[in-house]
Amino acid sequence: MSGLNLSKDKITELRILADDITSQISPLIKSHTTVTVERSVLRLMGLDGVDNDDVPLPNVLVNHLSGELKNGVALKTASAMLHYRLSINELAEKISNKEIDITGDLKTSTSEALDFLNEIVEQQLETILQVRSDRESMISSLGEGSMPWQYVIVATGNIHEDVIQARAAALKGADIIAVIRTTGQSLLDYIPYGITTEGFGGTYATQANFKLMRSALDEVSKECGRYIRLVNYASGLCMPEIVVMGAFERLDMMLNDSMYGILFRDINPVRTFIDQYFSRMINAVSGMIINTGEDNYLTTADAIEGAHTVLASDLINESFAKAAGLKPWQMGLGHAFEINPDIQDGFLMELSQALMLREIFPLSPLKYMPPTKFMSGDIFKGYIMNALFNLVGVWSNQGIQLLGMLTEAMHTPFLHDRYLALENSKYVMNNARHIGESFTVNPDGPVALRARNVIDETLEFLRTVKDEGLLESITDGKFADISRTVEGGKGLSGVIKKSDHYLNPFAKVMADNLKISEEASKWI
Amino acid sequence: MDIDNKSIKPYGDTLNDGSMQLSFTLPLPKGAHSTEVARRFVAQMGMNEVEVVLSNDIGEGFTFFVVYAKTSQTIDSTQVHVQEIVSKKWSREVCNEKIDEYFHRKVTVVGACIGEDAHTVGIDAIMNMKGYNGHYGLERYKGFKAINLGAQVTPEILLKKAVELNADAILVSQIVTQRDIHIQNLTEFVELADTSGIRKNTILIAGGPRIDNGLALELGYDAGFGRGSFADDVASYIIQELHRRLTGA
Ligand code: B12
Repeated sequence: MSGLNLSKDKITELRILADDITSQISPLIKSHTTVTVERSVLRLMGLDGVDNDDVPLPNVLVNHLSGELKNGVALKTASAMLHYRLSINELAEKISNKEIDITGDLKTSTSEALDFLNEIVEQQLETILQVRSDRESMISSLGEGSMPWQYVIVATGNIHEDVIQARAAALKGADIIAVIRTTGQSLLDYIPYGITTEGFGGTYATQANFKLMRSALDEVSKECGRYIRLVNYASGLCMPEIVVMGAFERLDMMLNDSMYGILFRDINPVRTFIDQYFSRMINAVSGMIINTGEDNYLTTADAIEGAHTVLASDLINESFAKAAGLKPWQMGLGHAFEINPDIQDGFLMELSQALMLREIFPLSPLKYMPPTKFMSGDIFKGYIMNALFNLVGVWSNQGIQLLGMLTEAMHTPFLHDRYLALENSKYVMNNARHIGESFTVNPDGPVALRARNVIDETLEFLRTVKDEGLLESITDGKFADISRTVEGGKGLSGVIKKSDHYLNPFAKVMADNLKISEEASKWI
Repeated sequence: MDIDNKSIKPYGDTLNDGSMQLSFTLPLPKGAHSTEVARRFVAQMGMNEVEVVLSNDIGEGFTFFVVYAKTSQTIDSTQVHVQEIVSKKWSREVCNEKIDEYFHRKVTVVGACIGEDAHTVGIDAIMNMKGYNGHYGLERYKGFKAINLGAQVTPEILLKKAVELNADAILVSQIVTQRDIHIQNLTEFVELADTSGIRKNTILIAGGPRIDNGLALELGYDAGFGRGSFADDVASYIIQELHRRLTGA
């Protein structure tokens, strides 16, 4: 239909290769847990807050139980709650105050504790499903923007200021608001607490900030007559915990990439693979859309030479996502408009890549990132580059259009930069709304040839990754020219081998809820 | 055209018309009132014939303005002096020849992006084999030994490595500039370097999109390179500066 004439067989082979590659990692994921997975289990059980030294209670409890993480913290915690007749928060506070110690044997019988734990799990899952259905009913009563959804970021560092800017953007046509995280948060092995007014290049992701922004957006959604989605970043050392907070506070999307942390944040590969799996299960259950970070490949690599790595990463992300129960409509697979603007026919190559991805992932709301690397102080040229980007977006029917800012090279967006970005996109997309249905690509022309070429390169690439092994390929620098080793990177000390008695009660009920119990047994 | 360098004004359509375009936002709702506020605001800046050509509601009681006006200010351009880097730009081949000729050894350069700053592309553009925009990086130069420590490197580690390798030049990159963090980081590094006694034999270079030679000198560096600078610029400067120090020229 698009005229690209992509080979169905090759696309099938791509997917098989990706599944083969990701399943190499499943034994590793299945046999390990991490400190943040355990902290998210506690958060899912209802634990929240900080102690007198501002240490988050989930960290307090996981540190206290550090010797028993191999069994999972859930059952021990439930027994202690029963034994001491305390709520989970009270329990953690008393542990922090050294009033009690739960590392020894407790009187509660295992079956009693299990029953109690199951009750908690049922109830908490119910809460998350309720949040999900709240979202669904708001969308059905208010309606939502048409795709490509207009996605803008706020990043003042002060959540109150962010709220003002987010509201203004929504009133001027934004469908999605992302609150960019402050520099360095992804390397914290805990989640800061409370409302925050100071950040650097972004605002802390905290549960209180999530709540504040969500309620402001609910209000403005009503004013606009359109549900406005909220996004945050589940990357770094606390991936699944951020998703838990989002599940409770009705975030609608999460940046959640299976390899971003490894490659671009130097987080240990094993840690990342384990964390991404559980975080994606929670995303899946709570009805959130994930966004993947393929654009990052093109900030360090050349966008023409690196096109196939974007497709390869999308396929790997898709395969991991599927395994964790995400449906295609929940997969905001990423790519970006990052070809050097001086290159002849660069626009055609961008169009080619976008149409190709659209055809390969027909049911997924692709997340399209704007030009960033080649944005300069020439804001006038930058504004045109963004217009071409918007044209490709509407032409190839992208799902999530991350609007480019004319001042990208200077600063995080000013209020009017965001406004101008929305105006740019509104103009282009309205003016060319049905362009996709109006033209078919010449199957022998440069756009189609380029797309078929990228597919061939991706096939070759994934075949070598499969033969060599995913972890080995990462070590070898096959992805983004960056080499990471299994023993290297941050967060490895937070990876724990599971015992035979290990229990993560949420993983099981979530798999049931998602109807993936059989597949999931390979992963958890 | 009769340009008086002692009295320069912006040029729009005719010499000395002083035409300028401005755009900004006021925290006032759109309307005749805020338009007049915008007009007077620009007039207060020393502008005449102020025309507010666009006022748009951008939500939440904010209005975005585009304004054309003519400034009454002039500047004596003959009194403005900048400190440009004086070195001659050489090609990679010439750089390699000069290194052989001047030093009979390789020139060692250690670089990093310091502080919390995680942007590697800039320092990689200067140092790594591949370079940037068709300009190969220092690694590709026969005459250079280039060690790139990457990003998020502490000043201490960068300095330690430079001392260890007896570096001829240290390249410090800073991309993030919000709240003047680059000034803080660059200053911290210079202070550390000053106490270590390496300054005499080691050239200190700062670089990044918001850095220029003037700022770098002000902060105590020997040179600074901004946007659009490449490995050949940096290589040429290092060789000429080292040679100058060696010969006392
Ligand atoms: C790519 C990119 C990223 C990538 C970086 C990938 C990587 N491995 O480097 C990622 C996605 C990781 C990233 C993250 C962030 N980024 Co960023 N990023 C950019 C972007 C789009 C391009 C930068 C780039 O690569 N340019 C190309 C290179 C070649 O140019 P350059 O760096 O200027 O280098 C040239 C010269 O300056 C010079 N040079 C540079 N260093 C040196 C050193 C020496 C010694 C010499 C001689 C010369 C020299 O030579 C180079 C070649 O000409 C810019 C926007 C832009 N268009 O500039 C934002 C930008 C720099 N990022 C920004 C921000 C805010 C962030 C984050 C804080 C966002 C967040 N909240 O998480 C984080 C920071 C994380 C951290 N701890 O630092 C802001 C900075 C605002 C400011 N003025 O402070 C910018 C301007 C975007 C924006 N508008 O908000 N970013």
